[in-house]
Amino acid sequence: MKIVKTGMAGSLESSDVLITVDSNAGKGREIDLDSIVQRQYGKQILKVVNNTLDLLSVEDIKVRLEDKGALDCTIRARLEAAVYRAAGSKTYPWEKLS
Amino acid sequence: MKLRRTMLYVPGNNAGMMKDAHIYRSDSVMFDLEDSVSLAEKDTARFLVYNALSTLNYEGIETVVRINGLDTPFGREDIRAMVRAKPDVIRLPKTETAQDVIDVEKLLEKEEKAAGLEVGTIRMMAAIEGPLGVLNAYEIATASKRLIGIALGAEDFVTSMKTNRSPGGIELLFARSQILTAARAAGIYAIDTVYSDVNNEEGFLEEVKLIKQLGFDGKSVISPRQIQPVHNVFCPEEKDVEQAIRVIHAIKEAEAKNSGVISLNGKMIDKPIVDRARRVLEMAKASGMSIDESEEWDHE
Repeated sequence: MKIVKTGMAGSLESSDVLITVDSNAGKGREIDLDSIVQRQYGKQILKVVNNTLDLLSVEDIKVRLEDKGALDCTIRARLEAAVYRAAGSKTYPWEKLS
Repeated sequence: MKLRRTMLYVPGNNAGMMKDAHIYRSDSVMFDLEDSVSLAEKDTARFLVYNALSTLNYEGIETVVRINGLDTPFGREDIRAMVRAKPDVIRLPKTETAQDVIDVEKLLEKEEKAAGLEVGTIRMMAAIEGPLGVLNAYEIATASKRLIGIALGAEDFVTSMKTNRSPGGIELLFARSQILTAARAAGIYAIDTVYSDVNNEEGFLEEVKLIKQLGFDGKSVISPRQIQPVHNVFCPEEKDVEQAIRVIHAIKEAEAKNSGVISLNGKMIDKPIVDRARRVLEMAKASGMSIDESEEWDHE
């Protein structure tokens, strides 16, 4: 998928994460994580982000996460929503996600 | 016997509530993609509910998703996503006619086939929220074999009826009675509407007692605080359980003696009384009461 504009999803409420994605043409993935559980779960969160981007076939992207203790499934949900918004796509491949 | 005393509303875009929804032990949890989600967040809520259902273990609690109506730009996509997330039940909002149920059923069938699921895996529930739906309650209740129940949604209903909700709920009497009778005639569950004033515990309790007395199976609840009071009201009292056991013993004894007339303490016991006694015992067992039916009871 190609990121064509800024996309945001999520919130700064407890157990949620606010994710902002932007284009990063030809420069790969730049992930900026700010989490209240960074020390304990930082690596795991980055793993979830990378796995989700792999699944969505997104290579060039800037991702900023402001995490308030979101579960992995919440991080996935917010990242998927932000990417689809940023790609301007309203066709969702639920088959692939499941 | 499946209990549906409480169905806890969880706004579909609230990550925190979605994470904790099962810990309060309501009989069902209902993730809402409809009215509690703003138009701008329909997509994010769908992703969130999809991922939660696909990942989290709700520990045996029935999962329900209220989708957007097919007359909105969101309903079809909700169905595509939710069939793959596999909640137990899809709840239709604002059901007016049997055709509304049939239309959703067709889409469910199409998506179940596409997703490789057995047709009929996902059950349905219809919320009736307007005067036309109330008048069509029986046709709605019998429109699909997938339907496990019908529910009253009172806020839209009272607005359409040019009134508002009052503490005694007199304005809902016809709708409740009609929906309940339709559900009973169709052999499915009847679920009452929400009580919005979370801080009015006394008013809430009065309403729960009323709908239980009418015959409803349960109620939609909007706060975890409302769960236990409903369960308490629906749990049979000890004396009712004891009486039910006496009735069952009396009928067994009469059957053993080939006696045509059954009486208990001088009162005739007929089929409806036996059916009621059985239901009390089922409800007591399902509510977690320990019952020893073999115990001897002093009866005449």
